[in-house]
Amino acid sequence: MPVFYGTAVESALMLGTAQYPSPKILEEAFRSSEAGIATVSLRREERGGGDFRALVADLGAKILPNTAGCHTVKEAVTTAHMARELFATDWIKLEVIGHTDTLQPDVFGLVEAARILIADGFKVFPYTTEDPGVCARLVEAGCEVLMPWGAPIGSGRGLMNEYGLRVLRAEFPDQVLVVDAGIGLPSHAARAMELGFDAVLLNTAVAKAGDPARMAGAMAGAIRAGRMAYLAQPMEPRDMAAPSTPVLGRAFLA
Amino acid sequence: MSRVHILGAGVMGLVMASELAARGHAVTISDPAGGSGPQACSWWAGGMLAPYCEAESAEEPVERLGSGAAAWWQSHTGLVTGAGTLVLADPRDRGDLARFARLTKGHQAIGGDGIAQLEPDLAGRFREGLFFRTEAHLAPRAALGELARRLAARGIVVTPGPSEAPVTIDCRGLAARDSLSDLRGVRGEMLLIRCEGVSLSRPVRLLHPRIPLYIVPRGDGHFMLGATMIESGWRGPVTLRSMMELMAAAWTIHPGFGEAELVATGSDARPAFPDNLPRIRRRGDVIFANGLYRHGFLLSPACARMVAEHLETGAQPEFMDEVRI
Repeated sequence: MPVFYGTAVESALMLGTAQYPSPKILEEAFRSSEAGIATVSLRREERGGGDFRALVADLGAKILPNTAGCHTVKEAVTTAHMARELFATDWIKLEVIGHTDTLQPDVFGLVEAARILIADGFKVFPYTTEDPGVCARLVEAGCEVLMPWGAPIGSGRGLMNEYGLRVLRAEFPDQVLVVDAGIGLPSHAARAMELGFDAVLLNTAVAKAGDPARMAGAMAGAIRAGRMAYLAQPMEPRDMAAPSTPVLGRAFLA
Repeated sequence: MSRVHILGAGVMGLVMASELAARGHAVTISDPAGGSGPQACSWWAGGMLAPYCEAESAEEPVERLGSGAAAWWQSHTGLVTGAGTLVLADPRDRGDLARFARLTKGHQAIGGDGIAQLEPDLAGRFREGLFFRTEAHLAPRAALGELARRLAARGIVVTPGPSEAPVTIDCRGLAARDSLSDLRGVRGEMLLIRCEGVSLSRPVRLLHPRIPLYIVPRGDGHFMLGATMIESGWRGPVTLRSMMELMAAAWTIHPGFGEAELVATGSDARPAFPDNLPRIRRRGDVIFANGLYRHGFLLSPACARMVAEHLETGAQPEFMDEVRI
């Protein structure tokens, strides 16, 4: 069970709340996913979004507000402060977007905003690339959680740089690592967990599925399986067949 | 025959009044604004009668109950255009077209030639699309005006204040939140443009992972561009970001829209329940018909019919989730 800044969360699935056909379907997806954390955006919904925020608060998951849609350090910091007031939490998923089309993080702005927010008492969950140098700066700034992308937000392409994610796990054994963004299928989520990641954050793969609640259940099962597989210490792949029963003396060897 | 008073002259109120009056009930109707207008979110609607396209994100009843809407509007206003809907995507978003096709019925896949035949101005711009032949559209303000005109011809005019009747039908939309605590607002923003350089004969939807856009021809070179869907009940003016997203999508459909004049912008909040489906609730002598979300023109005829049948037979219709006589 992952522990984020001292808070243990039952599930390794973090689920976003955007783009569902209706709040009712959002609620069904959360119920079948048993996600422990709900991310919610604020940039466009701050004014007049109280009704939706109340619905999200009723999901029974811990709220992780995000700074989605922020392109500058100042915007992200302001949005984080707003989120802290509206949701009464010092958790913030920090996004500083660097490129409009791919929604790649602006890693320079990200590190700067993380420093400012941690000094302000926030517990920062940074959405970052899988670059170990950037991650080292984030850890230096005080991030206990790192959230590298698997692929661009909403692309559903899975883990584009599995090697890079593996390196991060080896490089940061003490940090909580979450694959955030790019997950399209349960197999992608299972793979992230098999690599030893502590949690997976996803949204579009569930919200835009034909049956969101069913896909949420599939993701939850895959994440559990991936985690169990990691803890079970999988066998190493090998080039030659290794028969599980002795074949010496059997007729087919003749 | 029942004697009823209807609160609200937005799309639900006017359709309710028209349906009940046509069935021989004695109807009065009031709205603090004295008639339909910018205070009603239906004033800003797209006016697409697109039950199949809407099924992409809506639950089953929307398609089934919306399929009779075009015929209702045609018989009550004569202003419906039955030219279908064209759904397109930028080549790099073609996965979204496949998803849209999977989640909807009533369409045929067409290629570049088919698109050019339907909309000559889009020739060469898109190589694949979906055509929903049986869908229709109307101009909301003209249609609401025609309902009001035909009601007035029956002696039913919208008054600013309510009048006495044994039964009240509350069609106030989001204003009824004072009585319906699970009603919320979902913000929508739209632009009205005038463009001489491009002509379209039917609504065109552009699929995009973040900004689903539609553009509806309103005749005389006018087009409606819509609409955002933001989980907020704020009714303030259009934001720059929303406007840029809508305009960029129009540009993608045809760069000729870059030369369009911006005639008006609009924004309001749609009334919605948690499942984004309508509700009919009876509390004593008050019947609420509300929560039409982004389907005001599509679902109001079905909701009005359900209320009429309830009044006439006591039946509990599909969308009625509360009856306290």
